[in-house]
Amino acid sequence: MSLALSPEERAIAAGEDGAGMAMRIVAESARLLGAPRLIPIASAHIDGALYHGDSGTLFAERLVEGGARVAVRSTLNVGALDLMGCSRVRLEEPQRGMARRMMEAYRKLGCEQSWTCAPYQAGHRPAQGSDVAWGESNAVVFCNSVLGARTNRYGDFLDIACAIIGRAPDYGLHRPQNRRARLVFDVSTLSPSFLASEIAWPVLGSLYGRMVGNTIGVVAGIANHPGEDALKAFGAAAASSGAVGLFHIAGVTPEAPDVETILAGPEPETVVHVTPQMAAKARSSLSTAVAARTIDAVAIGSPHLSDAEFDTLERLIAGRRLAVPIYACTGRHVLASLERDGRRKRLEAYGVVIVADTCVVVTPIMPEISNGVLMTNSGKFAHYAPGNTGYAVLYASLADCVESAVLGKPRFTDIAA
Amino acid sequence: MSAAAEILVPGKAGEGEALVLMAPISFWGGVDPKTGRIADVRHPQHGETISGRVLFLPGTIGSSSASAVLMELVHNGRAPAALVLHEPDAILLLGLIVAREMGWETPMAVRLGRDLFEAYRGRTVEVAGDGALTVAA
Repeated sequence: MSLALSPEERAIAAGEDGAGMAMRIVAESARLLGAPRLIPIASAHIDGALYHGDSGTLFAERLVEGGARVAVRSTLNVGALDLMGCSRVRLEEPQRGMARRMMEAYRKLGCEQSWTCAPYQAGHRPAQGSDVAWGESNAVVFCNSVLGARTNRYGDFLDIACAIIGRAPDYGLHRPQNRRARLVFDVSTLSPSFLASEIAWPVLGSLYGRMVGNTIGVVAGIANHPGEDALKAFGAAAASSGAVGLFHIAGVTPEAPDVETILAGPEPETVVHVTPQMAAKARSSLSTAVAARTIDAVAIGSPHLSDAEFDTLERLIAGRRLAVPIYACTGRHVLASLERDGRRKRLEAYGVVIVADTCVVVTPIMPEISNGVLMTNSGKFAHYAPGNTGYAVLYASLADCVESAVLGKPRFTDIAA
Repeated sequence: MSAAAEILVPGKAGEGEALVLMAPISFWGGVDPKTGRIADVRHPQHGETISGRVLFLPGTIGSSSASAVLMELVHNGRAPAALVLHEPDAILLLGLIVAREMGWETPMAVRLGRDLFEAYRGRTVEVAGDGALTVAA
């Protein structure tokens, strides 16, 4: 089926302005995707403002010069700079200036200065069943899975182009029939103590992403709602190790009251029975450092930490001074609350480095050291830190990360799967 | 030898030495946007350069920032001479679509079944404006 544009859409596409450029970009993509039409969207989350090179800055500035403005609510994902000045980014000129120009251009296009990869915890929560155009893999998977809004994985350029024209190609996860599960990921034989632990979610997410690829699956065997921060960690890990855009958890996520309701057919095409051995192996594969005796830093907050996660962090530190820094990445929505109640001052006095608007794997913040060892409780940091920062990674729970930061050497508590 | 390929994104006709990738590639993190060098150490053709080559892609994987890397290659004058894809990859090709909108000269992207790729390995290949692929004499 070929793409049919409405007369209004064709008129916009014929324009020499920024909106015309945006419409042509969306229409060309729709044609390549095989979408028959464009559909209206309710909001966008823009991942395109992270500097990868000058061409992206020039593109955003061309849209600004063409008078383009976003037509729907649009939040911004992280940029390459900490505009709040909490942490020091070691990006040199001329890249630094181009990154700043890029962030400025997206502000002029009418995007909200949210600068977070967890917009869904910063008040941007589209309604269940609504169509949106979101970028950033963890935000996409949370939006689809936990909020039940409908989005594909929108990449650089297409996200802002959709936001400007308020439309997106009609294909993929916008269509209800493509959101149904074909695979069951059964965790019911894992121990209740493991499933109740914090590490269960990043570890299982990482395993899930690797096993399912881009197939839609439903997790079975979860007795209680684990909380949004756990689902955030699961989705981020799954979207790092696989091309996951949507998952379901029976009895937890909104489209899956039970396994049968969300399955595409009477029987699943595949059933994965997760064994304690598989979970243990997934956990150990999140670490790349071998026999590390010391650690150089801890990084947490991928996705960005919530207010509640900062409370847990402060409780675990319990007033102690850290031997190595904990880089705690978050958005300005949480920073405001940390400043209001004095938590920022206290945490920084203990040795926590708060990173706002960005994070330690997308831009150079941590010192460049050879054979550096980084500990993290994030499945996503564990996946990307070795390639992007040069640090080897040790994966551990937040409690172990804090104890290790106090001691300057790795400490692990065993939690049997 | 010659084959008619479907044009996915129009652009400048090109000629270059074929680079037939043996494994799918992620442009973001896998190709250096400044030099066009394959930077992914796990890729079997790690160290080869895609710039100026007729690049045969059996598949692409990974990040949705692939389009940004391809556009950056175009902007830096380090793009392939042409792209030959087994199937259209909307995220990657968006890099060409946006570069065209910017008014930059972009290579063509055409579609050809990957079972036909081998015949071009190591040869100099010409991609004509109508999408025809010919081994240059």
